[in-house]
Amino acid sequence: MSAIFKRELKSYFTTPWGYVFLAVMFLLGGYFFWDVLRHASTLLRYVFTSLVNVVITLIPLLTMRLMSEDKKLKTDQLLLTAPVSTTGLVMGKYLAAALMFLIGIAPTIVYAVIMATFAPVDWQGFLGNFLGLLLIGMALLAIGLFISSLTESQMIAAIVTLVIMLAILSFDSIASVMPAGMAFLGTLLGALSFTSRYSDLVSGLLNLSHILYFVSVAVAFVFLTIRMLERKRWS
Amino acid sequence: MIEVSNLTKRYGQKVAVDNLTFHVDQGEILGFLGLNGAGKSTTMNILTGYLSATDGVCRIDGHDILEEPLEAKRVVGYLPELPPLYLDMTVREYLEFVYDLKRCRLPKAAHVREICNTVKLTDHMDRLIKNLSKGYRQRVGLAEALIGNPEVLILDEPTVGLDPKQIIEIRSLIKSLGEKHTVILSSHILSEVQAVCDRIIVIDHGRLVADDTTENLSRHMSQDHRYVVRIDGPEKEVLKTLSAISGMKEVIPLGKKEEGVYEYSVESGEDKDLRREIFKRLAERNWPLLGLKSTEMSLEDIFLRLTGGKPVEYRQSSVEEDLEDSREAAAKAAQAARNPQPEPANEEEEEQ
Repeated sequence: MSAIFKRELKSYFTTPWGYVFLAVMFLLGGYFFWDVLRHASTLLRYVFTSLVNVVITLIPLLTMRLMSEDKKLKTDQLLLTAPVSTTGLVMGKYLAAALMFLIGIAPTIVYAVIMATFAPVDWQGFLGNFLGLLLIGMALLAIGLFISSLTESQMIAAIVTLVIMLAILSFDSIASVMPAGMAFLGTLLGALSFTSRYSDLVSGLLNLSHILYFVSVAVAFVFLTIRMLERKRWS
Repeated sequence: MIEVSNLTKRYGQKVAVDNLTFHVDQGEILGFLGLNGAGKSTTMNILTGYLSATDGVCRIDGHDILEEPLEAKRVVGYLPELPPLYLDMTVREYLEFVYDLKRCRLPKAAHVREICNTVKLTDHMDRLIKNLSKGYRQRVGLAEALIGNPEVLILDEPTVGLDPKQIIEIRSLIKSLGEKHTVILSSHILSEVQAVCDRIIVIDHGRLVADDTTENLSRHMSQDHRYVVRIDGPEKEVLKTLSAISGMKEVIPLGKKEEGVYEYSVESGEDKDLRREIFKRLAERNWPLLGLKSTEMSLEDIFLRLTGGKPVEYRQSSVEEDLEDSREAAAKAAQAARNPQPEPANEEEEEQ
């Protein structure tokens, strides 16, 4: 697992994608923070709520190659015939993407520290925001990982991932416009909503069931990815 | 070391491997011979755990590949048909990655260097794999299989894409590896398998058609008495004279080769050597014999012989038609005379 983790992490920096991801995250994160400072505000929450939208467009960059590239290069033959379990293989890749994501959002800690030099910071609120962004990112990464295992093409994986992420984040707005006859569908979409849970976490409400929800989504899609790899052997 | 019993793999309706049973002993080099699409790659993919069999059991060093995959995979080095290379890595980075992946315990840098020495890659260790030629990529693939000194090596067409010099090098390398390792090697080139392997398994349409030592199989093959003779003399009369030799089964004119010189493909009956008789007859008429070559059996001939006598209705592919055609025209014999091991004519894609 560690070999795969290391290789994946390295390959983010032998291709432009790792740099693009980090550069955009740092640049826009910095811009949002500057904007907060400019308005002489102490509400770091705005940095996070803006960053979520950036994250959604950038996550496909992290996940599109993960599984599809191996299929295309046939390197899956190397990985699947090596003494590594399928779980270890998928986890190695997932954790590499997760670490990249963590590096991408880590500067928010720096922002909080900088902020603390000007005014007392609401640390619980910061923790909720940071955790919310991290959890939503982990769940979305797992979904991207799974989509990448369905195709050989990075482009298709990236586009499908983006579309699905946009759809997931608009569950609430879709639910609100459901006609009366389809109310159950609206309730279902509302129950699966990422955004309502996220805004709870952002407002400092560390609800365990919300945390578990994001973790479960991540685990479920990592598991599905493992099943996809296993399935290939039987087809 | 490797035991395969009743192995079957189906892709929907298509049977890629059909009830295959064989075993490989420790230190043996086994040749896997078959036309494209015969099921060689599929069998190797199952042996290495990349694919799962529909039915049957595969044991490597006593470990069932399905039940104890990690233990079984640890003793196997696999070079697939297409070397599984990450193109954006250098040779050294790639081999070190494979080393970590296989969780080797040997000293890392020394081991990687030693393997690069073995496959003659030392001068190219810091080049990106995407900049390497096909022959060198094949070597990197071979190096990948060798990392960790696995006891079993499974090599799927290891000499494809190499130049003749490299082919000879790789063959002798495999032979020397066979002293310490158990090797399974697949090929559709008969001479290659003959040169390298102790034992040969021939498969056709997923079925085992022969499993014998190389010597036995060669003896089996050399019973074929077919020659190509080149004679300076009038075509029709020579043809008549040759056909009149007792024990002669078939004489086929192959056309004019030089001014007044014609070639013929002659085949004698079982267990008869007619070479002396041919010379005598020609000497009587004062027709100089300019050449006499025995044509080794081509892969197609072996298949025909090995599958001959058995019902062949399942063989509907172009192979059979090709064989029929070539038999009639005897073009095959002519080709075989010029090039003892022609590549199989059919282009059927290998199943993954």
